[in-house]
Amino acid sequence: MFRILKTRLDQKYRTMAYPAGPPPELPARFAGRPVIATGCGSECLLCQAACPTGAVTMTETGSPAIDMGRCLFCRACEAACPEGKIRFSGEHRLAACLPGDLIVSPESSGIANARNEVAAKFFSRSLKLRQVSAGGCNACEADCNVLSTPAWDMGRFGIQFVASPRHADGLLITGPVTENMRLALEKTYAAVPEPKIVIAVGACAISGGPYIDHAAQNNGAGGLVPVDLSIPGCPPHPLSILDGLLRFLGRI
Amino acid sequence: MMDATGFLIIGNGEAAPMSELPAVPFEILREALAAAVNSGIRLSALPVFQPEGGGPLRMVCVLAFPDIGKFGLLAADLADTFPSLTPICPAAHWFEREIAEQWGLVPEGHPWLKPIRFEAPRRPHPKGVEAPAIGQTEFFNIGGDESHEVAVGPVHAGVIEPGHFRFLCHGETVHHLEISLGYQHRGVEAAMTGGPGPRSIHYMETLAGDTTIGHTTAYSRMVEALTGVRAPARAEAIRAVAAELERMANHIGDLGALAGDVGFLPTQNYCGRIRGDVLNLTATLCGNRFGRGLVKPAGVAWNMDEEMIADISRRLLAVQKDVTGAVTLMFDTPSVLARFEHTGALDAETARRVGLVGVAARACGLTCDARRGFPYGMYRLAQLPISTWHSGDCFARAYVRWLETRASMDYVLDLLKTLPADPVSREPGQLAADHLAVSLVEGWRGEICHVAATDTAGRFTFYKVVDPSFHNWLGLALALRGQQISDFPLCNKSFNLSYCGHDL
Repeated sequence: MFRILKTRLDQKYRTMAYPAGPPPELPARFAGRPVIATGCGSECLLCQAACPTGAVTMTETGSPAIDMGRCLFCRACEAACPEGKIRFSGEHRLAACLPGDLIVSPESSGIANARNEVAAKFFSRSLKLRQVSAGGCNACEADCNVLSTPAWDMGRFGIQFVASPRHADGLLITGPVTENMRLALEKTYAAVPEPKIVIAVGACAISGGPYIDHAAQNNGAGGLVPVDLSIPGCPPHPLSILDGLLRFLGRI
Repeated sequence: MMDATGFLIIGNGEAAPMSELPAVPFEILREALAAAVNSGIRLSALPVFQPEGGGPLRMVCVLAFPDIGKFGLLAADLADTFPSLTPICPAAHWFEREIAEQWGLVPEGHPWLKPIRFEAPRRPHPKGVEAPAIGQTEFFNIGGDESHEVAVGPVHAGVIEPGHFRFLCHGETVHHLEISLGYQHRGVEAAMTGGPGPRSIHYMETLAGDTTIGHTTAYSRMVEALTGVRAPARAEAIRAVAAELERMANHIGDLGALAGDVGFLPTQNYCGRIRGDVLNLTATLCGNRFGRGLVKPAGVAWNMDEEMIADISRRLLAVQKDVTGAVTLMFDTPSVLARFEHTGALDAETARRVGLVGVAARACGLTCDARRGFPYGMYRLAQLPISTWHSGDCFARAYVRWLETRASMDYVLDLLKTLPADPVSREPGQLAADHLAVSLVEGWRGEICHVAATDTAGRFTFYKVVDPSFHNWLGLALALRGQQISDFPLCNKSFNLSYCGHDL
């Protein structure tokens, strides 16, 4: 008993001050929201050719645009650009409600809207989520799980993963939705009572990620269930996930 | 090199021309396999591929010879039906089910032939049989008074990957657990055929996302074997640092989760947080908590300067102190030990026969660890202890994790003081045509075996991935015999196997 108490003291209080205080510091090599400089006049298309998932397209003005929903944040385009027009910043706020808002170009500005009116109205102080891994590699799952540990403690905001879809306000989906999980996902979605929301976490769940266009999967959840929030990354940093959830609920 | 036993003998991460792979009649392969397993040699992989230019399918038997630390390879052409290898080598059980599912072949006399992934077949079935939908297969049944079956999954109650479990029970006692997987199948191996391509490394990074360093290292060493361009010494050292951080993070997370499964919340909470601290060390190294974008063929993408080495060493010392307090608290608590001990026990002979690897095997007393038995990269210069325990139960699987965590922390702290000089990468070359190679890496769950061959154009004819989970899922099923269903979460976590690593 005394040993447990002593260990408790040794381990200290660890829950972060965020969002009231500053967010935890991210490592210098962290790849967050890409920044694309204006004035790419080149037609070399090297960035497009380097991208493994087809996330880079060319806009009408001839500049590259990156679809964060497909992006693995692997920096291949950054390395390929001879003019240094593409750079991955340390910005962790990546989540967006609308798929179009995930596209970053020189013209796109600021952080996308992630607030959902239904979520803000009904779930802002209590959001219970059923997590469905549908081909997820266990990285997105792990960084969702970590939000329940003492350092992140998302229970502070009334957000919790629950064991049954019947107890849930919505689904949090990871993975490209394998063909072998399609029926299970559809049944789980049907079992959640209305009003309900769906959150897609990670490149796979948004677009298929590295598995885009494989026959064994469905290019993400969007074609099967209505997705209300997308949180890009491979996997997204826990801070990106928590930021997305809090802005979705109108908490920050 | 061909030896007196008739096998092609190659080292870990060495390539050989396809022409040197001895092809024998299937009966000879079967006899050679029987003789090998009887003398303590392990079946590491059993790929089947369609040779370039057609003809019968060819099986490659990849055996791990522990005494010499090398692989023995033997090939045989397959008829549509062939005598099953499983009766003489139970470790072939899962491999033969895989072969039957992918190619429509029938290993006659297999004790329980049914799909393992419910994936699309690699070629039209010879008899036109349609592939079944996921889960549409026979299961074991149990009958009689007080007998019942409990089905769980694919969607589970936690934040965890999908799989289907059926418990066959009589009263409170589980007679057998049948595990049916395939829900995570994404088609990785088929997509690797004809590669390497721009996505190859990303398939490896996400093959089992908690083992990114393990699988990217196995893949990179495969490419290095086939191109002849080796990673520089400093890159091998950085890979070893990342691999041991991956091992620590997962083991610490598992120790915490095991504590949670027996209701000992202090260690659960502390380890959950400390695991994150270790993931953050990997993120300092490469920007990503799971090591995405670090390991690549012929090197690593990120170097470490003196300031980073000092920073990581300092933070790792803090982890060492915190985790020692959290874990020894758990192991000194009698109520925890009472739940861990004698739960889900396997004996060494069973572990050897079904071909268990990694933590689960070492917890039964088997001394298999690729870092020592088949040393590669930096481990050729290190003498890491092989951590074993004898009891084969949940306690053993927890305790081996703790022994390994301690050894990894010591090793990384030591290695960071003596990193070799730059560079950290070289320019990868072209893959040699008509070669094959085996790459074995000790991931945190156990041995990761990649086997690949190239065609006349230097593209992959096949790329076989054997995640440690592939060997070990049957071990979990056997460990649950005679237990209660309520012991399942604890037993499951003590193995902590990968679903996507199995399903590919």
